[in-house]
Amino acid sequence: MADTTQKQKPKRGGDGEETGTGESGQKLAKKGAELKEEMDALVDEIDEVLEENAEEFVKNYVQRGGE
Amino acid sequence: MSIPKVMGTEIEYGITVRNDRDFDPIASCVLLVNAYREEHAGRILWDYDQENPLADARGFQVDGEKYTPNQQENIARNKTLVNGARFYVDHAHPEYSCPEVTNVRDLVIHEKAGERVIEMARHEASALLPPGAQLLIYKNNSDRKGNSYGSHENYLVDRRTSFKQIVEHMMSFLVTRQVYCGAGKVGSENRAQPCEYQITQRADFFETEVALDTMVKRPIINTRDEPHADREKYRRLHVIVGDSNMSEYTIYLRNGATALVLSMIEDGAIKKDLSLRDPVRAIKEISHDPSCRREIAMESGKKLTAVQIQREFLELALQYASSHTLDDVTKDVLAKWQHVLEQLERDPMGLTREIDWVAKKALIESFMERKGLDWESPQVQMLDLQYHDSRADKGLYAMLERQGRMERIVTDAEIITAVTEPPHDTRAYFRGECLKRYPAQVFGVNWDSISFGIGDEPIKRVLMGEPLKGSKAHVEDLLAASPTAADLVKNLRA
Repeated sequence: MADTTQKQKPKRGGDGEETGTGESGQKLAKKGAELKEEMDALVDEIDEVLEENAEEFVKNYVQRGGE
Repeated sequence: MSIPKVMGTEIEYGITVRNDRDFDPIASCVLLVNAYREEHAGRILWDYDQENPLADARGFQVDGEKYTPNQQENIARNKTLVNGARFYVDHAHPEYSCPEVTNVRDLVIHEKAGERVIEMARHEASALLPPGAQLLIYKNNSDRKGNSYGSHENYLVDRRTSFKQIVEHMMSFLVTRQVYCGAGKVGSENRAQPCEYQITQRADFFETEVALDTMVKRPIINTRDEPHADREKYRRLHVIVGDSNMSEYTIYLRNGATALVLSMIEDGAIKKDLSLRDPVRAIKEISHDPSCRREIAMESGKKLTAVQIQREFLELALQYASSHTLDDVTKDVLAKWQHVLEQLERDPMGLTREIDWVAKKALIESFMERKGLDWESPQVQMLDLQYHDSRADKGLYAMLERQGRMERIVTDAEIITAVTEPPHDTRAYFRGECLKRYPAQVFGVNWDSISFGIGDEPIKRVLMGEPLKGSKAHVEDLLAASPTAADLVKNLRA
């Protein structure tokens, strides 16, 4: 597996709050839209790999107790 | 005086086969372990002779039957690898014990190398199954039906530090570190209070404070006293309370902070009483509260959150750092520990790039929101499991990492190298090199010894009771002067 360069993703979560309207409000809205797009892309990719018969798989996944 | 924190992890994996009615976990484990081929993979035994898992650190020996497989079973179930690791069948789970390392950065490299070994073995083994059947492996700790399997950490501790002291100071540390170590779980198990999502995989399974057993009535602090090293000098603290982690950052902090606190205990630097009123209750209360705001009753009468308790340990560590020389890796661990606690105090969900339980929760919540699902949905339960899938193209952690959504600590190149290269600064080097150079003459292996069968001579066991002896610096000349195992034994005697 080749070494991949890291895509820089914006950190999520509150490190500081922007409030208000005008320019800062627009920035916030744009950031919100970007995040939503990101989320959608993530969900799409999960959809592609998620086990199809989830219910049956989860039901049949039984382990013996270990340490 | 604190001694170097030589450490390692032993991880049991979940195993299942899809589309095979006759699936037997033990047979599948044996298939898996044997599917991983190394040049020397011949007929080498795991040397159980000196093992003593019934010795209790509180100073007694428990009656019981030690499990020792016969030779055939032994060889089928145990592989010692050229990187110094042990890859074997433990009851009904495949288990990978990484080689001994001196620092937590190497620990991350070798634990991750173990994941690669497991996945390579899985891929090979799966091809040997009946058509349509598929072998699958999960690096997690439960099947959601009340069965749990463990991720154990091992730390070398100075024997002069009393076990009583270790218990006293480690209890609240181990109960509360889950806020940055937990791997996350949908729902609850083992008759615990119902919940939608909790911080750990394992908290529900811990029922006692201090005990010897590892499989039933699990204790927060395990008293197994089997140092696999010079008993007069060393103790091996066997920590069973953690989760199996996927995130490199989480693994790094988990072992890094724990090792640092142990050094502080050895140096008498934990000067505060941070005991909890009821650790067994607390471990579940904290786990069931992803907001990390729940206050826990202290023995002193105060009430603190898990993050606040960890803060106390961090403050003591910062003081310790000002009066002791820490190596660069430990300084980095300290900085990250501080960063994570600060963020947990503001909003745990700000740590999606660093901490497993947060990354998993964010991933599941995004999916739930888009698809209109709730915490009971089978797909949500499947996401919980698939986060830990060993396949690079199906594992959800693997997906997050590939997309650059997770902080890395080490590189892929380092991990790949560690699949066949032992650490250079512990006895794992000697073990790995002997397996590379003299595969046909190695008779048996254990952590603290290696035995050679040379011609018709009696088996010669070489003792390795010092974890730091057997490093490259220590033995490279010896190995260079020993083209055969017979030469090695002769040179060791000289």
